[in-house]
Amino acid sequence: MTTKATDEAVQKVIFDGLAEVGADPEQINRDATFEELDVDSLDVVELAQIVEDEFGVRLEGDDLKGLETVGQVIDLVVERAQ
Amino acid sequence: MTRRVVITGVGAVTPLGLGADTLLDRWVAGESGIVGGVGSCSDFDPADHFSRKEARRADRFTQLAVVAANEAIASAGWEDELPYDPQRIGCVIGTGIGGLGSLEEQTDVLRERGPKAVSPLSVPLMMGNAGAASVAMRHGLHGPTYGVVSACAAGAHAIGDAMRMIRAGDADAVVCGGAESTLTPLATAAFAAMGATSQAGISRPFDKNRDGFVMGEGAGVLVLEAADKAEERGAKVIGELLGYAATSDAHHLTAPDPTGKEAARAVRLALADAGIEPEQVDYVNAHGTSTPLNDASETQALKAALGEHAHRVPVSSTKSAIGHLLGAAGAVEAIATTGALQRGIAPPTLNYEEPDEGLDLDYVPNEARPLETASGNGGARRIGISNSFGFGGHNAVLCLAA
Repeated sequence: MTTKATDEAVQKVIFDGLAEVGADPEQINRDATFEELDVDSLDVVELAQIVEDEFGVRLEGDDLKGLETVGQVIDLVVERAQ
Repeated sequence: MTRRVVITGVGAVTPLGLGADTLLDRWVAGESGIVGGVGSCSDFDPADHFSRKEARRADRFTQLAVVAANEAIASAGWEDELPYDPQRIGCVIGTGIGGLGSLEEQTDVLRERGPKAVSPLSVPLMMGNAGAASVAMRHGLHGPTYGVVSACAAGAHAIGDAMRMIRAGDADAVVCGGAESTLTPLATAAFAAMGATSQAGISRPFDKNRDGFVMGEGAGVLVLEAADKAEERGAKVIGELLGYAATSDAHHLTAPDPTGKEAARAVRLALADAGIEPEQVDYVNAHGTSTPLNDASETQALKAALGEHAHRVPVSSTKSAIGHLLGAAGAVEAIATTGALQRGIAPPTLNYEEPDEGLDLDYVPNEARPLETASGNGGARRIGISNSFGFGGHNAVLCLAA
């Protein structure tokens, strides 16, 4: 069973996931870049696992290429889930 | 002329607490870090030393290595700035097994939730070189960096390798040592299955009733520097690593050669490397695991290597106070040996009650005592050896002075 990927639900899961991998919770928002949050490729794989578990949306390496902010990833997941 | 190698920094996390001084203070006082038949580093809380992100990217053995290295680097006076070109500073950290706790955890994830749920951090958590990698990364060391894997001799091999690296001119300084954290369900069951660990939960090296080792965890890290460089920068020298040698039993997968002949050869070679006669050895820090086989063969080896002097020199086992730290043991014990020589104290073999037949050396039972200086050493400093013998028949011996 996966959760319905509303914008709000995806944002919560991704914000929580970022905190889980060790990003500073106070810096996490939609405009924050992964670079600012010190999130590297290993963290992104963990985040993708969390997203897939929760929403059944599979993100591959290429999907995230060019995405810089947290908000862009949230939008991609919401779009893919539809 | 061979380049001399000095010790300028030490750091340890052991079941006796945080810090190399804590280890020495408490061992000399006859205190034990073994609780409930286990030597865990209960004073160590990762949250005191690491951010959430750092902590989840390092297995406990790596965390212990990093904290010991931080102390060693601070005690060498390197905290604010590396004294040499970082490309001339190496890092060698040994381990017996590596990130076993992480391996066990991710094996559970694989079984319960399938391959897609396995953490992308698994490999860097498990890999045996993670300690060396993390220490080098944290301090920006760019010289030769790797892990050493030789079971319970790994810590000593790492220090020996580091010394050779400096002697060969590949580095001016090396941060080296060992780390281990295997107080896990699998390792506990596995060592028990092979009859290596004490059923009684008591570490009593050389005692007649010894029945196996008590497993411990921890890390020991030393900063070694080329003596010429250390002198140039006016470093405070803690001790000197005079010699090192390694041999192999090629006898049995786990049991030592009962004659101890290859272990004895390692002692002789380490002394020869140091340019020291057996009579000049003031103290022996034994491998002394508290297993029936090791303590008997090690006693044989010491008699073979040191001759009559074996009966005069005090021999004690750090493992009586902290248990067996496996791949960290050789490094923690090199630090303990240096500290004992520096303080002029022979720390005790704890829990020693009943002599065993043929095990008739001076094991410094239960109470520390002053350490004499052999006349051959000119009264200026004391000389000791630290033995490490690993499963697989790997023997490594360090000759130290302080």
